[in-house]
Amino acid sequence: MKKIEVIQNILDANETIASRNQQLLDKHKVFAINIMSAPGAGKTSLILQTLARLKGRLNVAVIEGDVASTVDAEKVQSEAKAVVQINTRNMPESCSLMAAMIESALKDMPLDNIDLVLIENVGNLICPAEFNLGEHKRVVISSLPEGDDKPIKYPLIFVDADAVIINKMDFLPHVDFDIATFRRSIAGLNPKAEVFQASCKTSEGIERWCSWVLEQVETNATKR
Amino acid sequence: MHELGVTENIVNIALAKAGEAQASKVIKINLVIGEMSGFVPDCIQFYFDSLSKDTIAQGAVLHFESVPAQLRCRNCATIFQPQDTLWSCPKCRGQSIEISKGRELYIESMEVE
Repeated sequence: MKKIEVIQNILDANETIASRNQQLLDKHKVFAINIMSAPGAGKTSLILQTLARLKGRLNVAVIEGDVASTVDAEKVQSEAKAVVQINTRNMPESCSLMAAMIESALKDMPLDNIDLVLIENVGNLICPAEFNLGEHKRVVISSLPEGDDKPIKYPLIFVDADAVIINKMDFLPHVDFDIATFRRSIAGLNPKAEVFQASCKTSEGIERWCSWVLEQVETNATKR
Repeated sequence: MHELGVTENIVNIALAKAGEAQASKVIKINLVIGEMSGFVPDCIQFYFDSLSKDTIAQGAVLHFESVPAQLRCRNCATIFQPQDTLWSCPKCRGQSIEISKGRELYIESMEVE
């Protein structure tokens, strides 16, 4: 019997593809944002709002990740430059998008005509935290009906986020969500994260969010 | 929930390393998994048994070393273990906390023959 030292990260395979994705995106000057949240927090609604606001300013494509169906792709179809729906039901991971799925989705996109790709991950606060897709920024949406304790229950996804959106602000009078508590948890876990208070229903905060997106895309473009 | 893909990676890495070492059988794989990584050892073992079938890794024992979560206070640099879901520094009560250990997920070593 012989012992072999290995010391190899098990997620290396995903990381390798993720960095390949980012190289491809950079080559075509495409900025990518990975949008993550629990099911029903408002990922698709935020994408729809973003598409509407950025129309005429940026060419935006969308990658939709869901366990099944093309419901979301159909919703964003008319507003996006390109849409690819990924169904994870028959894939090794159904709970999250992975870099290889993005790699194949990017093959179906006219990358030279796109400035920004919004990637809607599978609704889940656990698994997507583990898989880098090759995105430039990671965004987590937490909505008021979910409660203000999500950052302390699912810290990993918040620890790596570049921005956190508190969505469904219009629910504030109806739920016991303490904005200060939530913000304090985020500031503790991840002081660098930008925090937005928004409502896709009333459009509160959407302008500020879209300005942030534009700023990220522009900053990234000047760096290249 | 996402252990199948992870286990595929484990089998691939193990077979590649065993090949490099010109081994004929993988006896044991030593894995290090952080407590916060969200991967379930029993689940990995279950998939491993099926994915390694008819390979030289069939029947290999998976040994999991769990790394407890370790947090670090950004204010006073105290290292501590989370006592409950509310993370605060036991020394200064600060809530600006980073994870210093507990996200590991790697193959440390293997035993082959």
